[in-house]
Amino acid sequence: MLPAHASPTQQSLRQKSFLEEVIQNTPGDCRLLSCIQCGTCGGSCPSGQDMDHTPRAIFAMISAGLRQEVLKSNTPWYCVSCYYCMVRCPQSVHITDIMYTLKRLAIKEKVYDDSKAPDFSKSFIEWVENYGRAFELGLMSMHLIKHNPFGVFKMAGMGMGMLTKGRLAFTPTRIRGIDSLKAILNKAKELEAAA
Amino acid sequence: MKYSYFPGCSLERNALAYHISAMAIAEPLGLEFIEVEDWNCCGATEYVSVNLLASYALVARNLAQAAKETRTRQLVAPCSACYLNLKKCDIYMQESPSLEEKINIALAAGGLSYKSGTLKVRHLLDVIVNDVGYEAIAQKVTNPLKGLRVAPYYGCMIVRPKLGKNGSFDNPEYPTSLDKLLKVLGATVIDFPLKTHCCGGHMTQISESTGFELIRRLVKGASDYKADLIVTLCPMCQLNLDAFQGAMNAHFNTEYHMPVLYFTQMIGLAFGMDPVSLGIGTELVDARPALSKIGVEVPQPEVVVKRPPKEALPMPSMPEEK
Repeated sequence: MLPAHASPTQQSLRQKSFLEEVIQNTPGDCRLLSCIQCGTCGGSCPSGQDMDHTPRAIFAMISAGLRQEVLKSNTPWYCVSCYYCMVRCPQSVHITDIMYTLKRLAIKEKVYDDSKAPDFSKSFIEWVENYGRAFELGLMSMHLIKHNPFGVFKMAGMGMGMLTKGRLAFTPTRIRGIDSLKAILNKAKELEAAA
Repeated sequence: MKYSYFPGCSLERNALAYHISAMAIAEPLGLEFIEVEDWNCCGATEYVSVNLLASYALVARNLAQAAKETRTRQLVAPCSACYLNLKKCDIYMQESPSLEEKINIALAAGGLSYKSGTLKVRHLLDVIVNDVGYEAIAQKVTNPLKGLRVAPYYGCMIVRPKLGKNGSFDNPEYPTSLDKLLKVLGATVIDFPLKTHCCGGHMTQISESTGFELIRRLVKGASDYKADLIVTLCPMCQLNLDAFQGAMNAHFNTEYHMPVLYFTQMIGLAFGMDPVSLGIGTELVDARPALSKIGVEVPQPEVVVKRPPKEALPMPSMPEEK
């Protein structure tokens, strides 16, 4: 679906617009087409100052078909999923869900500039896929070693505190139905790839 | 009143205090929690950032497991992220038949199924203030938290986004249920302007300066209002504000000391329960000075570093001959 003002030339240039791709990859009716560019989202965003582009700008860029620029942007990775923008948006655009879509598209094509956040998500789900539960010690230590080795010292106090208070498990817990869970997840991925 | 109970990964260990305090107050409140059989991680905000359908199938497995329990149709989660994921999955399935169909094809591969709308997903705070009610709670208070200044902190996902026909159980920007609850317990409740601001979620792992700034705002806010402690209802918020408070102080060269406890622990204290049985003492920012104001003495916790038994270590071994 192209914006109404798109000229016939523009339409012929693009087989499937980026806008359409984002909408299709977001569950339900994300209402992105209703965005009126008011900027309430960026104004409500707690981490907006650290983003390359505010959510409002990102939505304009999606409409303009700036696929690479959008997927390379750090904006979705700095979204903290606080949903402030979503409850304030006068058009009820599912902004947070769209940010998740942009993350998935960026991961699929490996076009992000900084791999820190995508790697964190990927290692998190690796524990979940193999054990059925999250494993904080494994996740945080592996992540620190890979992306911020000097941070190990900075976080050592906190880590020791958590250990002495008995708040970190040394070993992950595996659910009994892990095989059933793996079958479910594999089937879901298969269905998604086929779509 | 019976409820299916979804603890979530945090409550297994890092937020064990939340779990044991919730269990401790269940009986006096007349609540019975039945843990969901062999539940799995809800995926937090990470799984959906990588795979869409699989992230919903991951959550739906929990809904399917919980729906097997025939004694109740209510599913309660103490963690705000788990609560939102479970609720969102159920509501999106109701709104999108094609999503429901695909999720059920995936679930069938694991021998499960779930019909959307079967369960009503609730947050623990919602159940306590609305099903038990303030009056019933007030009647059980034996040791009012008199003289304790508390900052009620809700965070994000308990009240946002507004999903489905019924939306949130409290106002998405200015909720008051925790405020009222703490007043009933006898505490002095500050009108905390940052009550629904974000704790940073996983940002301490992605961008330290962003994560620490979000933590700083909340801790400074509560401190400026001269709160003795922050009361929370989410394990992620507790982890960020409590466990990362030291690192945040080091980052900004500040010296905040703002303890962060769970609302279930506050209920337990007001009911006269032993603080240790409520998991008090496991917070990294010591809550004892604040609690001594209401005459609660917490013994110095024993420092025990639990190590796995030696036989659990993976030792190299030769393959057995057949």
